[in-house]
Amino acid sequence: MKYYTYFPGCSASHGGAQAYSWSAQAVVKALDVELVELEDWNCCGSTPYTSVDELASLCTSARNLALAEKRGLDLVTPCSACYVILRRTNSYLKEYPELRAKVDEALAAGGLEYHGTVRVRHLLDVFANDIGSDDIASRVKRNLAGLKVAPYYGCQVVRPGPGFDHPEFPQSLDRLMERLGAEATPFPLKSRCCGGSLVISEEEVALGLIHKLLDSAASNGAECVATVCPLCQTNLDLYQGRVNKKFKTSFNLPVLFFTQLIGVAFGIDSKTLGLEKCIVPAEKLLAQYVGR
Amino acid sequence: METRTQGSNSFLKELCEIPGGEGIRLCIQCGTCSASCPNANRMDHTPRKLIAMARAGMREEVLSSNSMWLCASCYLCTVRCPREIKMTDLMHALECLSVRQDLSSARTLTPTMYKSFSDFVYSIGSVPEMGFMIWYYFLTNPLRALKMTPLALSLIRHGRLSIRARRLKPEAERQFKAILDKAETLGGLS
Repeated sequence: MKYYTYFPGCSASHGGAQAYSWSAQAVVKALDVELVELEDWNCCGSTPYTSVDELASLCTSARNLALAEKRGLDLVTPCSACYVILRRTNSYLKEYPELRAKVDEALAAGGLEYHGTVRVRHLLDVFANDIGSDDIASRVKRNLAGLKVAPYYGCQVVRPGPGFDHPEFPQSLDRLMERLGAEATPFPLKSRCCGGSLVISEEEVALGLIHKLLDSAASNGAECVATVCPLCQTNLDLYQGRVNKKFKTSFNLPVLFFTQLIGVAFGIDSKTLGLEKCIVPAEKLLAQYVGR
Repeated sequence: METRTQGSNSFLKELCEIPGGEGIRLCIQCGTCSASCPNANRMDHTPRKLIAMARAGMREEVLSSNSMWLCASCYLCTVRCPREIKMTDLMHALECLSVRQDLSSARTLTPTMYKSFSDFVYSIGSVPEMGFMIWYYFLTNPLRALKMTPLALSLIRHGRLSIRARRLKPEAERQFKAILDKAETLGGLS
């Protein structure tokens, strides 16, 4: 049994990406891995808080690291935004001693201290590097042969790094999909931006970016997209209809969390994996593989 | 090669003191950042030009531009910069300064969106999507919320929009608040 401290982030815990956490938990259970949720974690602060009040946002994020440090395990998050922010906090505290003194002082006001020892990991990293490929292959009950998946990494899982995969041409998700029997289609824009939260304030700008991504995936033969981030999933799934309207396209690409596809291959039922939460329906495409 | 801080250029000095801002002296104006940026074409000034302007001491023009608010934090500029300038962090630093000096551009809704998000982080330590969106539309233009209704309904139909917010246990919330209140007394980063 392997143990990790788990940081779901707001979106995957109580927000629109609950299916990500559900499927992740169901899948790791089958692999003898336990993701133990960090008790009383708070929002990582994400990019918005960082851009409004930098010191407060670092303290927000550092509280989580201080809590995680007490447990002495790697801190794993399924969210690319949480991943980049928690890692950034770690590196800032190392690089800037004066800043660290302030963060230490603020943490002390809450009776906490942080020594900078927590290793922050993305869930994809754990699947790609900690869990053996044989372990995954041996648990595949329904080979996904014939399913064409566009492996979408987005930005923050691989950048700014240095991380566990190439910052512009990553491969870990491609290999993971292949282990399930699926075909990872060529996807030139696999690590390009979906617009992130700008979809709220600058929708037109974000729709343009989402359109390029969907076009790159579909024109290379993909039947669905695998994502590793709640925000990427939401942008490509929820806004696909608006892209179709704006650009007069007819994309019909289900957008799944990579853990949902692993779950399907492991024979886990669709309800546990939250497949019905996809806005662009995935049932028809996955019907021949899905357990009931 | 390094740009020296001019005595009169307090803006450059101020930027250099912010973590992530110090790299600005190393820029060779090659434009790799602007060429890599997915949103450069929508910005008042491209990332390369923004650095040139900051180094020329054009405080107001830089801080009141929409440029940094169109940064999607994709970090493509950061990984490609031949001088290893953390351009994305620099954009965040410019956003903080712009908020602090009350110069945020009125032509983009991103500052208000970020503020709505931050209000929730500060007050309850988590961000409920429904509450965040309602607060955001309240602060901008409630009529715009109408346009979002179909998307919200779609999320609700798929069980993806909860009205319930995740709350920390009372003692954890008190601890969180104590940390943030202390951070406030410690002021900015520099």
